[in-house]
Amino acid sequence: MSVDLSVNIGSLKLKNPILLASGTVGYGNEISEFVDLSKIGGIVTKSISLKPRKGNPPQRIVETSSGMLNAIGLANVGLELFIKEKIPFLKNLGSTLICNIAASSIEEYVECVDILDKEETIKAFEINVSCPNVKEGGLIFGNDVKAVAKITEKVRGKTSKPIIIKLSPNNSNIVDYAKIAKQEGADAVSAINTLVGTSFDIYSKKPKIKNITGGLSGPAIKPVALAKVLEISKEVDIPIIGIGGIMNWKDAVEFMIVGASAFQIGTANFINPKASMEILDGIKKYCQENTISKISDIIRTRKI
Amino acid sequence: MLIKDVFVQSNQKIAENTFLLKVNAEEYIPYVKPGQFFNIKVNNNSYPLLRRPFSISDVEGDSILFMYKVVGEGTRILANKVVGDQINILGPLGNQFSINESSNHVILIGGGIGIAPFPYLIKQLPNSVKYSVLFGVRTEKEVHSYGLKNILYSSDDGTVGIKGNTIELLDIHLKQIAEKDVKIFACGPNPMLKALQEYTNNKNIECEVSMESAMACGFGICQGCPIENKDNNYKLICKDGPVFNIRDIMI
Repeated sequence: MSVDLSVNIGSLKLKNPILLASGTVGYGNEISEFVDLSKIGGIVTKSISLKPRKGNPPQRIVETSSGMLNAIGLANVGLELFIKEKIPFLKNLGSTLICNIAASSIEEYVECVDILDKEETIKAFEINVSCPNVKEGGLIFGNDVKAVAKITEKVRGKTSKPIIIKLSPNNSNIVDYAKIAKQEGADAVSAINTLVGTSFDIYSKKPKIKNITGGLSGPAIKPVALAKVLEISKEVDIPIIGIGGIMNWKDAVEFMIVGASAFQIGTANFINPKASMEILDGIKKYCQENTISKISDIIRTRKI
Repeated sequence: MLIKDVFVQSNQKIAENTFLLKVNAEEYIPYVKPGQFFNIKVNNNSYPLLRRPFSISDVEGDSILFMYKVVGEGTRILANKVVGDQINILGPLGNQFSINESSNHVILIGGGIGIAPFPYLIKQLPNSVKYSVLFGVRTEKEVHSYGLKNILYSSDDGTVGIKGNTIELLDIHLKQIAEKDVKIFACGPNPMLKALQEYTNNKNIECEVSMESAMACGFGICQGCPIENKDNNYKLICKDGPVFNIRDIMI
């Protein structure tokens, strides 16, 4: 039985709902040794900022119970090198490219989108308003409804390509942010970014990561992510890209049933770089075994 | 870079808390170089979640050997593996020790489990090269000689070799061999490598070090293992290393 795995995120058409999450696949070259990127829905680049960012000093990561904390600090090559050196490789991948953008000011978001909008290879923008690991920007915006509104509005004015706002779980009501994103013209939201966490050594009494706090990811956060997707899905009519602890095809299907139109694989790429290919096989098989001819038919089929 | 399940052929205790794991890894053999490492998943579930990086300790026929010390949950699980158990290995990863430039005398310095990559490196040294191994331990119980020859010891408590550290041992050894054309390869705890950096810089001795770091992926995508180079840029230990010229990095 042939299965139609394609999904639409607003005007963005994906051949299947599998996306590789920002910050977990760099700019695609390393993971392409394990994954045929032309077979998956798309890849979301490591956050790009206007100028290169060195990132945080080590130690940047630590393992926690069924999860990990990271405080990379948006280390990236910057916009100029990204266009010059990374886009040519990404152009030939045969995969949909979503460019993730991080900035320290509203003006910087706008300038980045303005410049990158001209790049045909980029099919959509994911706006990172929720990085927990940098002092300026990131979560400062993610925790301020007015700032998210302003960023979305201004960025919308610069591009007709789909805009996805990546939401933080580190606030009191994620629904408010999804509502404002929709109101200001975003095409979709992705939920969730990492949860702020920390870990201390009981003998040295020092934090295990230099930044003190980091972003928690991995299977430990899946129930939280699912609950956020559910909340948004109940309250706001906007496509949701589910992210948070997806390790296998069952997790992915669960996100779609709860309310996600597509999903991103993040931490799983570090442990099993072939995870996205295995998930592709898994969701296809699930559809075949349950006589589902179009995977989009399972979106929001939760029974509550 | 391959990712595969492999079978445990043996998993032998060789010193206090120190084990030697042998796995059948035929497909990997043509690609492995001394100084490289593998990122190993010791279990099929999410606790512990991440792989663990281990340097290639030795190659025997179709098998790769990993020497490891039990320090946490991952290595405790690994120590309980028996013949026939499966583990998932990803590699070979990283760069290698540069052994093609000939030096008259090679000195290998291992601090504790930092000795791990040297048995395979020794096998790859040209026959014409003389070498010696300086093995620093806390106490005699940590001593073994797997794949090593010409060993001199230093220990914190004086139970084996000189009482002191590997840098003091190196200083004595260099005076004894009275050889000018020396190259050092070293691996061990950062304080040892930092002291070695100062020593080799002062004496202008060629030295390569294998660095260690917490990491998630092992092949450059998580960006979790930076090390600052002399130009104040970050390099990744997993991809740009783990072996660095000691002059190029900030330890």
